[in-house]
Amino acid sequence: MADHHFDGIRIRNLYKIFGPNAASHVEAVRNGLSKTELNAQFGHVLGLKDINIEMPSGCIQVIMGLSGSGKSTLIRHINRLIDPTAGEVLVNGVDVVKMNEMELREFRRHQTAMVFQKFALLPHRNVLDNTLYGLEVQGVERAKAVDTAMRWIERVGLKGFESKYPNQLSGGMQQRVGLARALSNDAPVLLMDEAYSALDPLIRMDMQTVLLDLQKEIKKTVVFITHDLDEALRLGDQIAILRDGEVIQQGTSQDIVLRPADAYIANFVKEVNRGRVIHVEAVMAPVAPDHPVNGATLLAGSSIEDAIKVLAHGDAKDLIVVNPAGMPLGVVDLKTLASAAVTNN
Amino acid sequence: MDWFFKFPHMNDDSLRNLKKVIDEGFRAFTRAYGDAIEGLFAPLQHFLIAAERFMTKTPWPIIMLIILAIAWGASRSWKVVAGCLVTLLAIGYFDMWDDTMRTVSMIFVCTVLSIAIGIPTGILMSRSDRMQRVVNPVLDVMQTMPSFVYLIPVVMLLGIGKVPGLIAVVIYAIPPMIRLTDLGIRLVDKDVLEAADAFGSSSWQKLKNVQLPLALPTIMAGINQTIMMALAMVVIASMIGVQGLGQPVLKAIANQYFTLGIFNGLAIVGIAIIFDRVSQAYGKRLQKHREVVHG
Repeated sequence: MADHHFDGIRIRNLYKIFGPNAASHVEAVRNGLSKTELNAQFGHVLGLKDINIEMPSGCIQVIMGLSGSGKSTLIRHINRLIDPTAGEVLVNGVDVVKMNEMELREFRRHQTAMVFQKFALLPHRNVLDNTLYGLEVQGVERAKAVDTAMRWIERVGLKGFESKYPNQLSGGMQQRVGLARALSNDAPVLLMDEAYSALDPLIRMDMQTVLLDLQKEIKKTVVFITHDLDEALRLGDQIAILRDGEVIQQGTSQDIVLRPADAYIANFVKEVNRGRVIHVEAVMAPVAPDHPVNGATLLAGSSIEDAIKVLAHGDAKDLIVVNPAGMPLGVVDLKTLASAAVTNN
Repeated sequence: MDWFFKFPHMNDDSLRNLKKVIDEGFRAFTRAYGDAIEGLFAPLQHFLIAAERFMTKTPWPIIMLIILAIAWGASRSWKVVAGCLVTLLAIGYFDMWDDTMRTVSMIFVCTVLSIAIGIPTGILMSRSDRMQRVVNPVLDVMQTMPSFVYLIPVVMLLGIGKVPGLIAVVIYAIPPMIRLTDLGIRLVDKDVLEAADAFGSSSWQKLKNVQLPLALPTIMAGINQTIMMALAMVVIASMIGVQGLGQPVLKAIANQYFTLGIFNGLAIVGIAIIFDRVSQAYGKRLQKHREVVHG
C-alpha cells in the first residue's frame, strides 16, 4: 500500500463538448445554452456540463446515471483517456489536464488503475500474465511482478486458474482477473467503469462483496460507475447522480433515498429496497426519560432491515439505538420501522 | 466529323518522341547507376545463393527430415506430416527433387523478404490514414500491373538472374502481406487498446503486447497468401533466369511437352499444398486460446 498521503480527487468546472470546434462553444454553454440547442444550432454534443465533485481519499465515490448521461465520459477524464474541453481534474493535487504525454503515462502507470465493463483482458495471455500487465508496463522485474500478481489472484479467489486463458473463464471470473490486474498496480486511485454491469445479478452481488471486503484493507480512492441504483446505494460512501451530462444530486445513500433532489431521482428511489438502505437514525424517536435502561440495543448505522430482524426474532418490543461508545441516541419500534420501510414519506 | 469516329490522339511524331525520350532516359539511368544498384542488391544475391546451395547440396534424406520436422513442429498433426512425406517422395521419384529444392529456396527467401518489408509497412499504414491513402494505390498497381511489364525495367537494371527474379516475385507477392497486417492491426478490439492505454503503455508496448499478438491470425493469413502468390509467380520468374520448377514448365510450353509440363505443374501444386497446410495448422495452433470453453 502507498504509505504517502493521498489527497483524493477534485473535479472542478469540468466541461466536455464533442465536435470539431468544441472549445468555442464552452462560453455559450456556461451562459446557459442547453444540450438540445447546442446540438440543433452547432451540431456539437454536450457531454459534460460544469461538473464539480470532491472525492475524498479512501472513499468509494459512485457516479450513477443512465446510458447517455455522461458517466463513462466523466470517469475517462480522471485518467485522461478523454481530454476535457475546459476545467480541472486534480488528482492528489496535480492537474491531470496539464500533464504532457510522458507525465500522463507515468501518472497512469502509478496513480490510477482501471477496471472495464467488458473486462478488456488480453485474450492471448493467461490469467497470470493478464494480471501482471500493469507491472510489466511499469518495468517491474518479472519475478517480483509474478509474486504480486499471484497474491492478488489468490485474494480475488482465482487461485488455481493462473494458467487459464480468459476465454476459458466465466464473465464473473474474467472480471475478477480485471480486478486483480487493477489491484496489482497498487495505485491509490481505482477506476471502475460499469465494472459489474455485464455480470449476472448473483455474481454481481458477490463481486460487490469482494470489493467492499477488499476496500476495508486497501482503502483506495475508488470511483465506481453504475447505472444500477441498488448497486450505487450498497457501495457508495458518496453518490453523484448524473443526467444529461450534469450532476443533479450529490450526497450519501441516506441523502439520496430520504431527500431526492427532484422528481427524476424520486422516481428511481421508489424502486429501492428502503429497509436495506435507510439507517435507523433516520426514523428513531428520542429516548423517553422513563425508558427501561436494560432494553435491547442496536448500533447506529444499522439498516431498518437489521433492526426488524432483531425485533422479529427476539422478545424486545423496541430497540435503543446507540453510538459506538454505547451512548443511547434514540429508540425504534416495529411499527415505525415497518412504516419507514414501505412508505415514501 | 472525323474526330467523332476516330479518337483524336496525340500526333504520331510527338508520341514516338515521348516514348523515345523516356526509354533513352531510363537507358541512360541504367548505364549510369546500374552497377551501383546491382551492388546494393549483392547481399540479397548472397542470401539467395546460400539458401539454394543449402537446399541442393545437402543430401536429400536430411532435407526431407528437416521439412518433416518443421511440418510436425508447426502442425503437431501426423496427417499433415504424412501428406508432406508422400508428396516429397513422389516429387523425388519423378526426378524433380533438385528443381523443387531450388524453387523452395527461392520461395523461402521471397517470403522472408516480404515479411521483413511487409509487416513494418503494414504497421506504418495502420497508424496513419494518410499513409494508407498513399500506399493503397501503389499496392493496387503492384497487384494488377501485368508482371511482364515490370520485368522489363528490372531486367534492364539488374540483368537476368536470381535477384531480378526475386524482386519480381516480391513485388507480386507482398501486397497481401502489407494489406492484411494493416487490416489486422486496425481490427484490434478498441476496448483492449483502451485498457492498454489506461495502464500507461507506451506505443511500442501497445504494439508489442496488444496490437501484433491480436492481429497475428490476420497476419498469418497474409503470410499464407504471400507464399501462394510467390509460388504462382515462379513460372513467370523463370523467364528471367530463375531456376527451379518454372524452367521445365517454360520448356514444356515452348516445345509442347505435355507430360513435362503437367509433372512440374503438379510439383508446384504439391509444395503449395504443403506450405498452405503447414502454415494454416500453425496459425490455428497459435489461436488455441481463442477456443471458447465457457459460454
